[in-house]
Amino acid sequence: MKKIIPLVEHQHGRIGDARPQAGYKEAGSAASTPRELSIRVLRYNPQEPGSVPRMQTYRVQEAEGMTLFIALNEIREKQDPSLQFDFVCRAGICGSCAMVIDGRPTLACRTLTRNLGTTITLAPLPGFELIGDLSVNTGKWMRAMSERLRTWVHMNDEPDLSRLEARMDPKLAQDIYELDRCIECGCCVAACGTAQMRKDFIGAVGLNKIARFRLDPRDTRDDGDFYDVIGDDDGVFGCMSLLGCHDVCPKQLPLSTQIAFIRRKLVSAGLR
Amino acid sequence: MKIIHTDVLVIGAGLTGLRLAIAAKRRGHDALILSLVPPKRSHSAAAQGGMQASLGNVIKASGDSEDIHFEDTVRGSDWGADQAVVRMFVNTAPKAVRELAAWGVPWSRVKAGDREVVINGQRVTITEREESQGLVAQRDFGGTKKWRACYVSDGTGHAMLFAVSDRAIAQQIPVHERKEALALIHDGHRCHGAVVRDLITGELSAYVAKATAIATGGAGRLYRSTTNAVICEGIGSAIALETGIATLGNMEAVQFHPTTIFPAGILMTEGCRGDGGLLRDVDGNRFMPDYEPEKKELASRDVVSRRMEQHIRAGKGVKSRFGDHLWLDITLLGKKHIEGNLREVKEICHYFLGLDPVTQLIPVRPAQHYTMGGVRTDHTGESPTLHGLFSAGEAACWDMHGFNRLGGNSVAETIVSGMIVGEFIADFCDKAENDASVPMSLVHAALKREEAKLAAIMAQHGTEDATALRTRMQDLMTEKVGIFRTGEVLQQAVDELQGLLKRSYAIRLRDRSRGANPELVTAYRVQKMLKVALCVASGALERTESRGAHFREDHPRRNDADWLCRTLASWPDLEATLPSLRYEPLDVMGMELPPGWRGYGAKDYIEHPQTAERLALIEKVRRALPSASRIEIQRALMRYDFLLPKRYRGGNERIEDELEAPAAPAKQMVTA
Repeated sequence: MKKIIPLVEHQHGRIGDARPQAGYKEAGSAASTPRELSIRVLRYNPQEPGSVPRMQTYRVQEAEGMTLFIALNEIREKQDPSLQFDFVCRAGICGSCAMVIDGRPTLACRTLTRNLGTTITLAPLPGFELIGDLSVNTGKWMRAMSERLRTWVHMNDEPDLSRLEARMDPKLAQDIYELDRCIECGCCVAACGTAQMRKDFIGAVGLNKIARFRLDPRDTRDDGDFYDVIGDDDGVFGCMSLLGCHDVCPKQLPLSTQIAFIRRKLVSAGLR
Repeated sequence: MKIIHTDVLVIGAGLTGLRLAIAAKRRGHDALILSLVPPKRSHSAAAQGGMQASLGNVIKASGDSEDIHFEDTVRGSDWGADQAVVRMFVNTAPKAVRELAAWGVPWSRVKAGDREVVINGQRVTITEREESQGLVAQRDFGGTKKWRACYVSDGTGHAMLFAVSDRAIAQQIPVHERKEALALIHDGHRCHGAVVRDLITGELSAYVAKATAIATGGAGRLYRSTTNAVICEGIGSAIALETGIATLGNMEAVQFHPTTIFPAGILMTEGCRGDGGLLRDVDGNRFMPDYEPEKKELASRDVVSRRMEQHIRAGKGVKSRFGDHLWLDITLLGKKHIEGNLREVKEICHYFLGLDPVTQLIPVRPAQHYTMGGVRTDHTGESPTLHGLFSAGEAACWDMHGFNRLGGNSVAETIVSGMIVGEFIADFCDKAENDASVPMSLVHAALKREEAKLAAIMAQHGTEDATALRTRMQDLMTEKVGIFRTGEVLQQAVDELQGLLKRSYAIRLRDRSRGANPELVTAYRVQKMLKVALCVASGALERTESRGAHFREDHPRRNDADWLCRTLASWPDLEATLPSLRYEPLDVMGMELPPGWRGYGAKDYIEHPQTAERLALIEKVRRALPSASRIEIQRALMRYDFLLPKRYRGGNERIEDELEAPAAPAKQMVTA
């Protein structure tokens, strides 16, 4: 068997401090001088009478491999037990922790502080009901979106579970999964110009769902059915193609192509 | 205070909770789900690698069947599982995959023709059959004889959770998000629902139901180092325990996953090794073949985790400022495979470690991963001691995992148990005698009790810090109730946990607001978590043998003569600082597969006195049926089909396995 030689350096442009890894004996992380971080948080608790929106700054000593998940929990444990935020999987999978980090909506759990400056500004995602501080009600928004767009496979019959499953082209299954990877984190809605102006705009998350079900042969709906749910200015025709959604999607979904494609298809459905 | 009525109250909106609710709703019963978080954020989403079901579509799964899945699962459990439940499970798993396929899960599919795979460190070409084209594909996982894990790239749990959650929305099942069940409402015999706290407003309400189901997942956060999401704190198990009536089974059976990124504990799917990834040490050596010549990296998780820790103890770990670790090497799988089938792995490595697994090694070490134990139920998912209380999924001890769960069997259990237990819950609700009216005095008393408990925590002027107590508990569990256990160290853990429990009644809050108050949440949860932790630690202390994931260095052999039994913990006295432990024996004479060697791991064990007798009897049955089919032989050894809900009885079609005629009704339960 060929001998595996680990590379000397890696090439991720987005991660600032390339960390050499010379061989099997090298530890996974190198020591560095700890920085003092100023974490500025937009605080507001609508549940509390008299609460007004304000910025509050916390000072935290940076640690090796520190993520915003670690930093915010440390603040809550040691400095301010009332600070509200949401984390669940802390591995970039569940989409709970989207917030605006230095002006950009993204997932906090997988944001390493070492890739940010010493002053970090955090705000809740716009476009969603605020629960308190950094916590917003994406769950309520997403459920309403699902009910409105009917984001499930519309089947004709119940399958016979003891029989072989229906076959599907492997490439098609993979293509559906590409669009199915959305984690409903809400970043695309927060980054959307249209969503800021139209409160009922369905956002890239909704349009991507339609693209996903449209691609799926198990769903019996046709373009006419899809036109009925997104064929207006709160749907696919509201998109101004600013494409903030595409830039911030943590799962790098092909949102701009999908929106353009769906728009073209539904224009023809609408003209029919 | 609000009182909300429903037929079925499901606590937890992960895969199991959603599937339970769907089952009940389809049978005409109103179901309502409570969830700490939006359903699609549940920890089910984190299951990456695959779902075990013996579809037998890929060539490396040729010849697979329920029988082999059954044997793998029982061996994996180190004979701790309930074999009838395992049979119910393996028979329903293919149906579950097929149902999910119809609901839109984009399962990875078989492509006929040649493809290159990595097996045992070598690139080999295998040829997929024409007749498999387009069927659901399987990959290899640890502790299995066949490739059996059906998968969606490496986002299996995510894709399943979204499909099932969307199905629940299609069925108009309400999910009350950001709600936490604090206590079950019961009269000592019958469960009537739960007292629930709103995590946004702090308001308490009562949810009154005919059937209440706990589907809250595992208790990984009892440990410092865990793959589990932050919501997996075992609170569902705790509220069952706090009834004093319901029991928790086998809480000492805790699984440690071999490959979690070091030191963050984030999971690297078993699919990494299933697809051909290797483990290497400080010298770059692939060490698993030296310990486990047969299954190597793909022995069961308990065995691989122990071997890794053993290798680190032997000085072969890689030193880092956070401690020692080993390497997971998937570079040999190639860029195309990693970016296609292990993309989450690549993303996690990129964001959390700043490395590219296509060219670099991944630092890994075992961490807590799965809670085999949970709310003890019978095969219908109902508590044998508290009528009307059901549990399923990781939260339950149903008990198909025994002392070690196979990779891919948990995500399979979520759906399969949801399907099966959901039918039994519907049966329960169908019965007129279960329509029992609930005395409102009982409901109000439960509400008042919980309100008083919260008020007491708010008013306390003690000295203890809730977070500090939780951190100490997590450290203790990781250091003293971990992969290697000894009586002496476990005793220290039990002693200190009892001290922590006492101290948890003297917590002083810095924040006394009544609404969303994360510190208050930590305070009431830590009291509950400590009780569950004490069940784990005392169960481990009492069990003087090694079985599956429970490994006692001072009692390294599996001891079937004394310990072929299930631990049942209960907490009858709320003032006590220790659970009360009982044991439920497993019946060797009823086993289809009597205890033996697992095929990996230690070969010596102390035999049960009836094992030889049972083996002889099984041999006799087999000899008496020389021309019988595998299904007829199975029926002769251990009947289980009558235990299944009617809609899930019967076999499963495969490309090389025609659908067998349904079994004749079971007159006598056990023929052998």
